[in-house]
Amino acid sequence: MSSLLVTIAGVILVTIFGIIAGLFLMGVDRICAARMQMRQGPPLIQPFIDIRKLLSKDSQVPANAIPSLFNAAPIVAFASAVTVLFYLPLGSILPVGTPLPMVGEYGDLILIMYLLTVPALAMVAGGFASGSPYASVGAQREMVTMIAYEFPLAIAIIAIAWRLAVAGLVMPFSVNTLAANPIWTVVGPIGIIGCILLLIVLAWVTPAELSRIPCDTPEAETELCGGLLVEYSGRNLALFSLSMAAKLVAMAGLAVLLFLPWNISPLIGISGIGAAGADLVFFLLKVIVVMFFSVTLVRVVMARFRINTVVSLYWGWLTTIGLIGMFLIILDGSMSLGGCLS
Amino acid sequence: MSLKKAPYELPIGPIHPALKEPINFTFKMNGEVVEEVDFAPGRAHRGIEWMGMRRNPVQILHLCDRICGICGVAHALVFAQAVEQIAEVEVPDRAYYVRTIIAEFERIQSHILWAGVAAHELGFDTLFYLAWQIREESVDVIEYITGNRVNYAIMMIGGTRRDITPDMFPRLEQALQYYEGLLDKMVNLFLNDKTIAMRCKNTGILTKRRALELATVGPTARASGLAMDVRIDSPYAAYGDLDFDIVLPEIYSSETVGDVYDRIVVRIFEVKQSIDIIRQCMKQMPDGPVLAEEKYAKLLMNLKKASGEAFARVEAPRGEDMHFVRMNGKQEAPEMWKVKASTYSNQMAWIEILQGEQIADIPIIVASIDPCMSCTDRVAVVNQEGEAGILTKEYLHRLSVEKTRRMQG
Repeated sequence: MSSLLVTIAGVILVTIFGIIAGLFLMGVDRICAARMQMRQGPPLIQPFIDIRKLLSKDSQVPANAIPSLFNAAPIVAFASAVTVLFYLPLGSILPVGTPLPMVGEYGDLILIMYLLTVPALAMVAGGFASGSPYASVGAQREMVTMIAYEFPLAIAIIAIAWRLAVAGLVMPFSVNTLAANPIWTVVGPIGIIGCILLLIVLAWVTPAELSRIPCDTPEAETELCGGLLVEYSGRNLALFSLSMAAKLVAMAGLAVLLFLPWNISPLIGISGIGAAGADLVFFLLKVIVVMFFSVTLVRVVMARFRINTVVSLYWGWLTTIGLIGMFLIILDGSMSLGGCLS
Repeated sequence: MSLKKAPYELPIGPIHPALKEPINFTFKMNGEVVEEVDFAPGRAHRGIEWMGMRRNPVQILHLCDRICGICGVAHALVFAQAVEQIAEVEVPDRAYYVRTIIAEFERIQSHILWAGVAAHELGFDTLFYLAWQIREESVDVIEYITGNRVNYAIMMIGGTRRDITPDMFPRLEQALQYYEGLLDKMVNLFLNDKTIAMRCKNTGILTKRRALELATVGPTARASGLAMDVRIDSPYAAYGDLDFDIVLPEIYSSETVGDVYDRIVVRIFEVKQSIDIIRQCMKQMPDGPVLAEEKYAKLLMNLKKASGEAFARVEAPRGEDMHFVRMNGKQEAPEMWKVKASTYSNQMAWIEILQGEQIADIPIIVASIDPCMSCTDRVAVVNQEGEAGILTKEYLHRLSVEKTRRMQG
C-alpha cells in the first residue's frame, strides 16, 4: 500500500518536474537562439509567464470544429507527453515505481517510442477537428512528418538494444539496463563509429519530433500561421505548450539515456539524497547540451524545409545513415560474438 | 473532414503572417500543390489621389512621401519631375545629384529590407535579424541626410529641400564602406546557403517571354533576363551622367532562370551597384544651389499658372514608378493625378508564378516580386458580393428599404 502511495507521489512529482524543466528548457532555448541572432531575448521565465497568461484566457472553439475531439486532443497530448517521463531515468532517479510491477518493469524503450507518437497523433486529431484549412493542411503535414521520422528513430533504438542483447544483457530494451550499461562501454571501435552515426540520426529526429525549424512544416508560421494550432487558444493552447515542453524533456532525456547515461555522483563521491540531487542537475545539464545542439543550433542556422524535403531527408539520408550505423554495430556485435566463441 | 477531395480552397489573407500588407489570395489546392490562383487587392486603399487633387503640388509632395513607407523618395521624386515638366521649372544640377544619392540610399535600404523579409518567409529568422540590423546603417544615413528615417520630406518642386555638403561625405563614405565590407558576407549568406538554394532555385519561375508579355518591371523583370531599367532607358536626375549597367542574374549565376533565386541575386547586386552610383555622385557633384525657387509663395504662384499634362517615370527599388499629372492653370490643385506604382505592373505575374507550386513556397513567391500594396491600391472594391463596383446611393437606399421591410414583416 505504501509503495502505491510512493508511486502516486512520484507520478505527481515527475509531472511537476517535467513541466518546470520543460518550460525552463524552452526559456534557455529562446535565450540561446536570441543571443545567436544578436538579440537580447526574453527573460528565462518567459515560457512560465506565457503559460500563466494562456491559462487565464478563454478557450475559443470554432463554429465548424468538433468540440469533443477539439478539446480532448490537448489533454491527451499533455498526458501522454508527461507519461513518457515516468519511464525515463531522471539522473540516478530510476523510473517511477521501478520496484512495482505496475509501471516500472513493463515500461521499456518500445513503450517510450509508442508514447512519443501519441502527442503528435493528438495534435493531428485536434488539427483535423479544428475545421480550418490551415489546421487540416498542418495535420496532413504532421502525419507525413511522423511517418518520415519514425523509421530512423526506430533504427537507432533497435540497433542499440540489439547490441546490448549481444553483449549478454537480459533485458536490452529496459531503460534500467540502458542506464546501467552505456553503449559506448559495450561496443568496440567499429561500433563506436556506428553509434556516432546513430547519434546524428537521433539528433536530427529531435527537431522533427518537436516541430522545430527546419522541420516545423506542420506549424509553419509564415505559411499556415500556426498550422495545427491555428484555432487553439487559452487553456487548450496552454496544454499543447506544456505537452511540447514535456516532450522536449522527453526527447532530450531519451537521447541522454541512449548515449549519455552517466551520472556524476559516483565521480564526486556523494550518496543518498545529495547524490540524487546532483545527478538530477547533471541530467538537466546534459539535456540542455543535447537540446542546444539538436534544437537551438539547428533552428538558428537553417530555413524551413518543404514537406517533400522533410520526407526525402528522413527516408533517404537519415535512414541511410541509420542503416550504415546499424550495419557497423551488427558488424561489431558479430566480431565480439566471434571473439567469445573462439 | 472531407479535405481529401481535391481541389479544396485555401484562403491566404487579407491578414496573414506571410503578407506584410493586406491582400486577399484564394488558392485552389490539390494536396500541397497550387492549382489555381486568384487575388483581390484593394485593401490598403486610402484615397491618396483624391486627397491630392484637393491640395497644391507642394502639399502633394508630402503626401507622396506617405504613399509607401519604403519608397517615399521614388514617389516624391517622380511627382516633382512631372510638375517640373508642366511648369517648366529649371532644376539646378546639384539638386539632381542630391536626388540621385538619396534615391540610391533608399534602394539600398529597400533591397536589404526585402532580403530580410524573404529570409523570414523562408523560416530563416537568423538571416532576417541580420539583414534588418545591416539595414539600420542605411536608415541612419538617410536620417543624417534628411532628418527622417521614413517619410524623408527632402524633395521639392525644383530641387531638394536640403543639400548634401562635402563635409557630410565622410559619413556617407563610412556607410558605403560598411556595405562594401558586408556585401561578400551577404552574397555568401543568401546565395551560397544550402537551404535557401534548395527553397529558391527553380521556384516561382517567370520566363523571359512571359515577363515581357505581363509587362513586369524592375528587379522582377530583370531577374527574368529583361534588360530594362528606367535609370538607363530614360535617364532622369543625374543618372545620365553616371556610368553603370543593368544588373541581370548573369552577374552571379551562369544562366537566367527567372526564379526566386535570381530575384535575390538581382537585388543583392543592385545594392552593390547603388554603392558605386553614390560614389560617382559624390565625386562628380557640381557646385551651386539645390533649389530653383526658394520662395514658396512665388513657387506656388508659378505652379498655379502652369497648365498642361506630364508623365514622369523613375526606377523605384521595386521597379518603374509612374505618375501622371494634369494641371489646368486655374486652380492650385492638379486637375488629375494618377499614381502607377511598380507592383501594379508586377502583380499579375503572381498568377503565373504561383501555379503548380507548393503551399510552402507561396510566402516566398508572393514576396519575391517585393509587393507593395499601399503603393498599388488606387481603388477599393466595397460591394458585398466582392464584385467590382461602387455602392451607389440608390443601391444603399434599396438595401435599407429591404431591411426595413424584413424587420416589419
